[in-house]
Amino acid sequence: MKRESEEKPFSLPHHLLGSGTPACAGCGALVDIKIIYDILGENTVFVNAAGCMTLLSVYPYTPFPGSWIYTAMASAPAGAQGVRDGLDILLAQQRIKGGDDLQVVVLTGDGAAYGMGLSATSGAMERDLDFIYICYDNEGYGNTGYQFSAATPHGARTATSTGTRGYGGYKKDLFRIWQAHEPSYLATISGAEPADLARKITKIKDMGGPRMLIAHAPCPTGWHFDPSRTVEVGRLAVACGAWPLKEYEQGLLRHNKRPAPAGKRPPVEEYLRLQGRFNHLFTPRRNEELLAEIQGRVDRYWQAVEE
Amino acid sequence: MTRQRELLTGNGAAAWGARLAAVDYLPVFPITPQTEIIETIGRWIEQGEMAATMTTMDSEHSMFTAAGTAATCGVRVMTASSSQGLLYGLEMIYAVAGWRVPLVLVNVSRALSAPVTLEPDHNDVLACRDSGFLQLHCATCQEVLDTVLIAHRLAEDERVRLPVIVNLDGYYLSFTREPVLLPDLATVRQFLPAPAASPAMPLKAGNPLSQGVAVLGGSQYSYFRYESHLASCQALAVYEELGRDFGRLFGRSYQAVEEYLCADAEIVLVMIGSFATKAKAAVDLFRRAGLAVGLVRPRLLRPFPAAPLAAVLAGKKGVAVVDQNISVGQGGIIWAELAAALYNQPQRPAILASFIGGLGGRDISLADFTGIVREMERAIESGVCPAPRLLYSERELAQMHGLQDLASGGALKGEGK
Repeated sequence: MKRESEEKPFSLPHHLLGSGTPACAGCGALVDIKIIYDILGENTVFVNAAGCMTLLSVYPYTPFPGSWIYTAMASAPAGAQGVRDGLDILLAQQRIKGGDDLQVVVLTGDGAAYGMGLSATSGAMERDLDFIYICYDNEGYGNTGYQFSAATPHGARTATSTGTRGYGGYKKDLFRIWQAHEPSYLATISGAEPADLARKITKIKDMGGPRMLIAHAPCPTGWHFDPSRTVEVGRLAVACGAWPLKEYEQGLLRHNKRPAPAGKRPPVEEYLRLQGRFNHLFTPRRNEELLAEIQGRVDRYWQAVEE
Repeated sequence: MTRQRELLTGNGAAAWGARLAAVDYLPVFPITPQTEIIETIGRWIEQGEMAATMTTMDSEHSMFTAAGTAATCGVRVMTASSSQGLLYGLEMIYAVAGWRVPLVLVNVSRALSAPVTLEPDHNDVLACRDSGFLQLHCATCQEVLDTVLIAHRLAEDERVRLPVIVNLDGYYLSFTREPVLLPDLATVRQFLPAPAASPAMPLKAGNPLSQGVAVLGGSQYSYFRYESHLASCQALAVYEELGRDFGRLFGRSYQAVEEYLCADAEIVLVMIGSFATKAKAAVDLFRRAGLAVGLVRPRLLRPFPAAPLAAVLAGKKGVAVVDQNISVGQGGIIWAELAAALYNQPQRPAILASFIGGLGGRDISLADFTGIVREMERAIESGVCPAPRLLYSERELAQMHGLQDLASGGALKGEGK
C-alpha cells in the first residue's frame, strides 16, 4: 500500500478487473467492462461468447476476481439460462445460501449479438431470464481482424469491405429488435460517458428480468485511430449524434445526453475523420454524397426523436 | 424391495430414469422421435409428481449450453435429443465434454438428412463419437431405464467426470412398449444418491471459478484432451463396477459387452442397439438348425471396450459386424474400430467381415441374417474375407426403380435398371 502511495502520480484508479489482459491497447470495450464490473462487484459470473473478450481469460490467468464461463459464439444467453436455473435450484433446495447467489451477466460482441446469437437472446428475453446482457459493439468482427458485421456502419472500410464506398450495408437496429421483446430494461451506453453508464448500471443492478445493454466500443485496431484517443472518439460519437444514448423501460423510451440541435452539434464527419476506417471518405477527395447520406441519417434520427 | 411392472415405451423408460434419478434440471427442445420423453417429464412436473425444473430453449445448441452451465453449478442435469437436433448442437457437445461436467443426454437415434427421414440409424450419435461424451447403447426398454441411472452415477464418478449419452433407437425402441420393472426409489437411492447436498465445486459467490477458458498453444490443449481421453478409458472399469453393483441391488447386472451364445460359437455377429434383438432371434433359429452362431453386443462405444471384445472374439472363425451406420467413403464405423482393436491380438478371428444395414430404419430381416451367415461360412471355408456388403434385396431395388419411375414422371423409365 505504501508503495502505491509513493507512486501515486502514476497510479491508475483501482478497478475490480485485473490489468495485464491480452486486450488491445485503448480497447473501448474494456473501458465499458471495467466500469460495469466495478459497480456490479465480484459476485458476478460473466457468461461469454466467442469474441474479443474470449481472450480476457487465458489459462491459467484471469482478470476476474469472480467467475467466468466461456460458451460459444451463438449461445452465451443460453449459458446464462443454465447458470440462473442452476443457482435457483440450489437456492430453492438450500444447497447454497442466499448470500451465495450471483449476478449473471452475458458478455458478447456485436458479431454474436447482431447475428448468430439473436435466437438465443430472443429466447432468453422471451423467458424473462433474470440477467444482464452487455453487447460491446465495436461494429465489426474485431477478434478475427475486423471484417464487417451486421453492426458495421454504412461506408466503413473493413477487412471484407475494402472498396472506395466501404461497407454497403446499414447498421442493424438491434435496439429496436430487442425492444420488441419488452425486456425489463434496455439501454445504450458508452464508456466515454461514465456518469451516464454508472447511473444505468446502478439502476439495473438489483432489477429483475432481462437487462439489455448495447455498449459503444471504439476499437483502435479495427477503426484505425491512436489508442490514446478512445475516449475522445467515444465522446464525439455521442456529441455528434451518431451514438444516441437512450434507455427503454416500461414502455417508455428516453434519450440521455442528447446532442445539441442540428447545426449546433459537431458534424458527424468530425467523428468519422478520427477513424482510418472512414479515410476513403476524405482522401484522395471528399465523397460528398456519402458524407451527406451519413449526416442525413443521423439528422433524421434526431428529427424523429424531437417529433 | 417392491417391484412394479409397467408397460413402457423406450421414451417412457427414459423419462422414468430421469424421475428415479432425481434429476434437478432439464433444458429441452422437442424433436421427433424424442418428444415423448420431455412431454412425460413435463406432465409429471406440472402434476407435482417430479420436482425438477424444465426449461424449453430456443434450440439444441442453446439446450446443450444450458445443460453444461447448469451442471457447472452442481445440479443434476439430463436432456434429450435426436438426429438433426444433436448435430445442430454438436459444437456444444464437444464444448461441454471439454468442461468435464457430469450430465446425461438421452439420444433417440434417427437417421440424418439428406434425405430427411424419421427412422433410426446410428450416424447421429456416432457424429458425437470423438467428443468426449461416453456412449451407452441400449437394446430394450428395461435397459434404457437402468442405463439412465447408471449413466448419472458414471458421469458423476470422480474417476470419470465426463458427460454420458444414453442411446436408444427411434421408433423401434422409443415407441415400442415392453414390460419394464420400475425399481423402487429406496433401492435406487442406494445405487444413485440424491444430487449432492453441497456440490463439490459449486459456482457461487466467494468461490470464483473459470469454466471453458482459452489456452494458447498445443501443449496445454493436448494435456486437457489427453486427460479427457484417459478419463474416458478409465470409465470402462468404472462402468463394469457399476454394472455389477447394479446387479447386486436389482438383480440385473450389466457388462460393457453382452455375449449371447458365444462360448462355442464359430461365427459371431456384432451389433449394437435394438436391432441386436433381431440378431438374437436369428441366432436362436440358427442354433436350432445346428449352426454355431453367437452374438456380441457392445453396450459401450465410448470408451470402446476393446479388451472385452478381443477376449470374447479370440479364436473365432468368423466375425460379422453389422453396422447400422455408414461412414461415407469408408464403410462401417464399428467394423473399422473393431478391426483396430483385434489387429494386434494373437488369436484374432480369421475373418472380420463388414455388413451395413438398417440405415434409416430399413429392416434387417431373418433373410438378411441368413445371407450373412452363409457368406461367413463361405469365407471361412475359402479363407477369403468378403468385400463389405451393403444389405439390400432384389425386391427393394425393384421397388426403388418403380419409385424412380414415378419421381421422373416416366421420363427415366428403365434407365436405373
